[in-house]
Amino acid sequence: MINIVWGLVFVLVAPVLGGLIAGIDRKITARMQGRVGPSIFQSFWDVAKLFEKENAVVNETQIFYAICYVIFMAFTGSLFFAGGDLLLVIFALTIAQIFLVLGAFAANSPYSYIGAERELLQIMAYEPMVILTAVGMYVVTKSFNVSDIAATTTPVILFIPGLFLGFIYVLTIKLRKSPFDISTSHHAHQEIVKGVTTEFSGPSLGWIEITHWYETVFLLGFVWLFFGFNPIVAVVAVIVVYLLEILIDNTNARVKWQLAVKSSWAIAAIMGIVNLAALYILNGGIS
Amino acid sequence: MTYLAKSPWIIHYDASSCNGCDIEVLACLTPMYDVERFGIINTGNPKHADIFVVTGSINEQNREIVQNIFDQMPRPNVIVAVGICACSGGVFRECYNVAGGIDKVIPVDVYVPGCAARPESIIDGIVTALGILEEKRTKMVLDADAKAEHRHAGLRPEHISQTRGAQ
Repeated sequence: MINIVWGLVFVLVAPVLGGLIAGIDRKITARMQGRVGPSIFQSFWDVAKLFEKENAVVNETQIFYAICYVIFMAFTGSLFFAGGDLLLVIFALTIAQIFLVLGAFAANSPYSYIGAERELLQIMAYEPMVILTAVGMYVVTKSFNVSDIAATTTPVILFIPGLFLGFIYVLTIKLRKSPFDISTSHHAHQEIVKGVTTEFSGPSLGWIEITHWYETVFLLGFVWLFFGFNPIVAVVAVIVVYLLEILIDNTNARVKWQLAVKSSWAIAAIMGIVNLAALYILNGGIS
Repeated sequence: MTYLAKSPWIIHYDASSCNGCDIEVLACLTPMYDVERFGIINTGNPKHADIFVVTGSINEQNREIVQNIFDQMPRPNVIVAVGICACSGGVFRECYNVAGGIDKVIPVDVYVPGCAARPESIIDGIVTALGILEEKRTKMVLDADAKAEHRHAGLRPEHISQTRGAQ
């Protein structure tokens, strides 16, 4: 059931793939703004540069938390790609996030403190929707195992379109895209400097960037699960979803955290619950 | 070549500038010049930055701030003084409240004169700074190696400067 090889492949390949996705993201963003934009390998150069810099941290434990963050994110993704239990994957993801929050709190600077608080609020915002998505997948495929969900011939998307739309909504939070880039922002210098990552520099920041690549690949793998019945459709869907996220990022201003939390919960309540209720009625009760 | 030159991140600080040079610095980020195509990003955070771009001259109110930003930047880093006020104080040099250029407080690596400095000359200044950044990186690595060597030889840190002088 669990395929260790796929887990290892994820640990090795995901940073390369994630870095490329980040590079292409920046290129497309630049083109949308009428700029030439950096090379698609820019993200790799950025991280390589960060490892050449001095590791100046406020508190030594920050380095430990940054390393834990990357380890647990790699674990989350490899468990997912190895075909593990979806619920365990979701909770491993939360643990990884918590390490980032602890790292930000450890520095005790006002900007990273606000960033850490907002990161916690973001976790609270997206968690209900992600868990409902896992529940929806269980109802359709009768299994929480990623290996079973991915191998199913049932077109999952046709049964849980509401959950899919809700998941796309919280995906914006997870990918740290505008309008929900409230905890660590590329464009909010005046407000929170860099939020959770403010006090990280050099190699520690490099590890956080690599973790973000792992996370991106894992989340796009999650999108794949909705279309697991047909790999070609799945690849197209993943690309379309990511392009949509870039478009949303470039056409929306950052919102307040109150709206991020309220709207995510509202979406989870409406899209998630209605979709699950419809499935319940159609099935004549969950067996 | 190191990766530093491929991804220079900048922090920009306005030290009593008239805002002319600041507008030109920001003009570099617009689609017209688009410095991001060289990997240059304007971060608002000294801890993420490699290049410190300062406009305007030093006065009593920003002396400590400039020093503080410089202290927070991880090594290796370079300082670029943009505009004649940042280079020497410019027309405000003789003012009772102006101490002079940025080099009164921190060591400036590249001077970009002009009133206001043109985006082309600012980009040229940043590119010059990249060469200096690489030199500093090489020196930093050599120094770290030298320190490690002396540690293995059983010398205490206070001996290092003397022996390096002898070499």
